[in-house]
Amino acid sequence: MSVSERSAAATGKGESSALARSLRGAVRRNAPGYLFLAPWLIGFLCLTLGPALVSLYLSFTDFDLLQAPNFVGMQNYIRMATADPKFIAAMRVTFLYVILSVPLKLAFALAVAMMLNRGLTGLPVYRAIFYLPSLLGASVAIAVLWRQLFAADGMINSVLAIFGIEGPSWISNPRYSLYTLVVLSVWQFGSPMIIFLAGLRQIPTDMYEAASLDGASSSRQFWKITLPLLSPVIFFNFVIQTIEAFKAFTPAFIVSGGTGGPINSTLFYTLYLYQEAFGNFRMGYASALAWVLVIIIAIFTAFSFLSTRYWVHYDE
Amino acid sequence: MSTSIQLKKVVKRFGAIDVIKGIDLDIEPGQFTVFVGPSGCGKSTLLRMIAGLETISGGDLLIGGERMNDTAAAKRGIAMVFQSYALYPHMTVYKNLAFGLETAGLKRDEIDRRVKEAAATLRITEYLQRRPKALSGGQRQRVAIGRSIVRDPNIFLFDEPLSNLDAELRVQMRVEISKLHERLGNTMIYVTHDQVEAMTMADKIVVLKAGEVMQTGSPLELYNRPANRFVAGFIGSPKMNFLEAKRTAADTIEVAGQSLRLSSDQLGQAMTSVPITFGIRPEHIVLGGEAGQSLGEAKVDLVEHLGGSTSVYATMTSGASLTILAPGQLAIQHGETVPLRIDAANCHAFGPDDQTLRR
Repeated sequence: MSVSERSAAATGKGESSALARSLRGAVRRNAPGYLFLAPWLIGFLCLTLGPALVSLYLSFTDFDLLQAPNFVGMQNYIRMATADPKFIAAMRVTFLYVILSVPLKLAFALAVAMMLNRGLTGLPVYRAIFYLPSLLGASVAIAVLWRQLFAADGMINSVLAIFGIEGPSWISNPRYSLYTLVVLSVWQFGSPMIIFLAGLRQIPTDMYEAASLDGASSSRQFWKITLPLLSPVIFFNFVIQTIEAFKAFTPAFIVSGGTGGPINSTLFYTLYLYQEAFGNFRMGYASALAWVLVIIIAIFTAFSFLSTRYWVHYDE
Repeated sequence: MSTSIQLKKVVKRFGAIDVIKGIDLDIEPGQFTVFVGPSGCGKSTLLRMIAGLETISGGDLLIGGERMNDTAAAKRGIAMVFQSYALYPHMTVYKNLAFGLETAGLKRDEIDRRVKEAAATLRITEYLQRRPKALSGGQRQRVAIGRSIVRDPNIFLFDEPLSNLDAELRVQMRVEISKLHERLGNTMIYVTHDQVEAMTMADKIVVLKAGEVMQTGSPLELYNRPANRFVAGFIGSPKMNFLEAKRTAADTIEVAGQSLRLSSDQLGQAMTSVPITFGIRPEHIVLGGEAGQSLGEAKVDLVEHLGGSTSVYATMTSGASLTILAPGQLAIQHGETVPLRIDAANCHAFGPDDQTLRR
């Protein structure tokens, strides 16, 4: 080894030990930070990221809870695409539910928010009352109540009977069951409503005053000022509510008694996934279903973000 | 076209509180009127009542001789420039200017012609395709004014339009708005709390305090013959000096131990020995010389050299504080005692009710 090579090696050694020292120093300095971060970090790794990665692996296996998983390659995904009519049915129901419930819920939430934004006295009370369904909405108790209300001999039909209308069984008739769940979802408009209300309050009143001096009618003000200025909030609510709708489970599970019936009319995607996993113990297949849903939601979200440049107006 | 505005006993009530307390006012066609007063005096509320953005609780508002109390804002032939500019952030400058014209259902060619004309007038043509966020404060202000111009209104209302701009730009925009008024000749009402803006722009100033008109008149009328102590203190910068005084004879008062002779016109009917307030503007006090009458002496506390003038803050022998504004550059030192001279013609006297004693 020449002198220069020897000195270079010594320098390299010195450098690496200096690096190790500075790393050790950094760890020691930041130890309290990591310590405080630990509960979340451990939770995230063990309860979110870990299971997610395991399920990704399981989606390529035939795992059935009892025997060790066998790697089956893309078989689960191929089956889904080619030989599972129930998967297609669940997709159809879920997409229909998303397409109907999200716009209806957002429109209803915006309408209520605009009503509440008119400077009502006792606004906080109304706000709390209108928000209440959202707090209760996803709970089992409300879904049970909903089942009672919309049953063939439920309260809705009793009220209709007063007017001489003989209502169908809203829940056990496949023509109406999904729409009943859509109504249940729209009823839980509280959380987007609160966000809309906050958004509406951000729009300066002098914009409306300027518009009214220009002779703009209320509807022109709504279309030309309120909606564009609210578009970031609409976008946020749209994405969140759509993801929620794709993931909807409890109402269909309770109302249909876990079957997704009648005739698969309320077979939400997550309900089908649940049946496959915990009814038929096809964990591998259920994992594949879960990952397909993740991909669908990711694609939807990506397209939503791409669309923002055409309709979402960010100020400043 | 310009239009007259008349207010007859106009009142604005919020609950049990009268914020505008029965104002009478005549604004001639083509006049540039400035509402000026401290915060909370009701000047913006009054403007908004004229615009139709606030309801009128009592009295009559006449625009062009027609009662307009219940007429919708859009039908009053008014355009308004807001303090915040109120530009639509999601529209280009062009769209902002065109909004009112589109609402009115004008043809596209006509809208285009008017927008381009207004843009040329305000030198914003090159920004027409930009959004407001890409403009500076001054450019935004121009767009806001442009939005008013395109509609070709009879009356322009400005609600503190320059208060968001820096000092230099404010002066520049002030001149531009005055020029605009000269060119268009429309009736304009301008609200500000800045008395310099009021003095420099107005044909007529309306000084407001707590919902009441304190005085109406041309800038120089208000400066030379303030109706009360409030107007005397509000108009003019630096502020008028006020000293306690006493009338000792028909044409004599005693101020800070000095006997001053004023005209009996200036002192009106005030009783002798009743405490009155003597007012003298900082620029009307002369340091030394022989002209006029003596106001005694004062000890210099602080000197501000402004180049073109010198501000002197001093304490009189009686203990009263005094501000003096002398032209040019004075070689005065802190702690020096200076003789004060005044011309009786520049003096003001106010009674115990703060109203001027002048006949």
